[in-house]
Amino acid sequence: MANKVLVFGEVREDELRNVSLEALSAAKSFANEIVGVLVGKDVKRFSEELIQHGADRVVVAEHPNLATFTPEGYKQALLQVIEQENPDGVVLGHTSIGRDVAPRVAAKLQAGLVSDVTKIEVADGEVQFTRPIYAGKAFEKRVVREGLTLVTIRPNNFAVLEKDTAKSGEVESVAVEITDLQTIIKDVVRKTSGKVDLSEAKIVVSGGRGVKSAEGFKIIEELADVLGGAVGASRGACDAGFCDYALQIGQTGKVVTPDLYIAVGISGAIQHVAGMSNSKVIVAINKDPEAQIFNIADYGIVGDLFEVVPRLIEEFKAVTVS
Amino acid sequence: MNIFVLLKRTFDTEEKIVVNNGNIVDDEAEFVVNPYDEYAIEEAIKIRDEHGGEVTVVSLGDEDGEKELRTALAMGADKAVLINDEDIEESDQFTTATVLATFLKDKNPDIILAGNMAVDGGSGQIGPRVAEELGINAVTTITKLTIDGEKATVERDVEGDVETVEVSLPLLVTCQQGLNEPRYPSLPGIMKAKKKPLEELELDDLDLDEDEVQAKTSVVEVFLPEKKTAGKILEGELDQQVSELVSLLRTEAKVI
Repeated sequence: MANKVLVFGEVREDELRNVSLEALSAAKSFANEIVGVLVGKDVKRFSEELIQHGADRVVVAEHPNLATFTPEGYKQALLQVIEQENPDGVVLGHTSIGRDVAPRVAAKLQAGLVSDVTKIEVADGEVQFTRPIYAGKAFEKRVVREGLTLVTIRPNNFAVLEKDTAKSGEVESVAVEITDLQTIIKDVVRKTSGKVDLSEAKIVVSGGRGVKSAEGFKIIEELADVLGGAVGASRGACDAGFCDYALQIGQTGKVVTPDLYIAVGISGAIQHVAGMSNSKVIVAINKDPEAQIFNIADYGIVGDLFEVVPRLIEEFKAVTVS
Repeated sequence: MNIFVLLKRTFDTEEKIVVNNGNIVDDEAEFVVNPYDEYAIEEAIKIRDEHGGEVTVVSLGDEDGEKELRTALAMGADKAVLINDEDIEESDQFTTATVLATFLKDKNPDIILAGNMAVDGGSGQIGPRVAEELGINAVTTITKLTIDGEKATVERDVEGDVETVEVSLPLLVTCQQGLNEPRYPSLPGIMKAKKKPLEELELDDLDLDEDEVQAKTSVVEVFLPEKKTAGKILEGELDQQVSELVSLLRTEAKVI
């Protein structure tokens, strides 16, 4: 067990990310005291949410240079908070920001970092972190031998603790010094704004080569929209130019573990399966009854996706309205 | 331009994983250049062809790694360095990054390219760790890179959004899909690669002691996920199948 663990509360597009609430729950499984950490500009207002979801208290590091994320700025802020708090561990989400900042903090402190953790157990007197390797074709349990325990957790794998609105805790602002940053963010094109984030989505609808064209890919998006889910794709669909590489799921690409994964026109090559087979429920729609995807699907429909999906959209619409 | 590429030899993504006695069986597996590192090699060659200089590919691993380094040389890299890890009993990302950074620190790199992550370990730690050890800038998951003098303009993939970053050299970048189309080694390229310099180093050559790179974390167990079994293929008319599916998802699976 660890005594004190810091949990990084990641704010994106003016919201505390769900994975940060999951990180509080993850920390709870091996820490006695949980300290939420907020980094940015004008982020103190998220303190209460952290406390109500498991943080005992919150440390806020605000600075004008932290208004937009830069790995350098966030690293400097986190290092100063770590120095002040002297924790046994730090937990972050395995998000774009977490993946960027955690290794730098670890390198600076010459510490170990266990990335992309899906489960935490205390066994034989040590904290064991389970993480996928080979994109989920196998798993390993890792322990930290010495020094600070740094961890990033994969979204959707730790149940958020029930919100306790009566819970209160101390919120402390700390002054951090952030040097002038060498990395300048010139522009961000938000292709995903308003859409559900692929890594955090509870429902993912993915299209493969079977959708035949970028035009055909639109019904994948439509189905995802009806379900409030995110859109994914197989490598085949990305290589063929039907959609952006950012959507690719598989051993190269993203690994997702939603509650529901709907694979449409995807044959189920081993590289793709690695990226989604740990989803809770898998639905496959494919016209080839021999397609590999049916071997791992919980439910399958053999048929032409251009006939099945529009019917499915209608049916889901009827259900979600009722 | 003094250009370096960090390369890892990994299982081919087609490979199934077999665990025996708590270890992953690798004697019959097909190995390849980590797919993300291919983007790094391709980009490095392009930068050299545009700005001049030399591309050196570095890998930490056992002697079998020569094959993947030769592949990089056949694609067009100029030199390769294989740092032998046989003295290292247990390694983690701290180990790998420390060794690579120690090798690089007196090489004055202008740009270092690495893959976004390796398709085996998948931690994505090595790039940012090496940059931090060297005290240079790093930009991860890049999809476009333009170098103009001492400045670089980089586009990166941020969970589907595109961020444009301006940053000065020396710089480390990690490469994401969409950056380029890695070339296949040509036959003349393969012939030439056989004669290109490939240097083998030991930890001793880097003045590193095994203790200094001792892993901070260690693996206590490796296991395979529970095997998914084929589920239910729905039958009947399409309309029936669709309504049965929706009802199963609601009542049996309870996911919608």
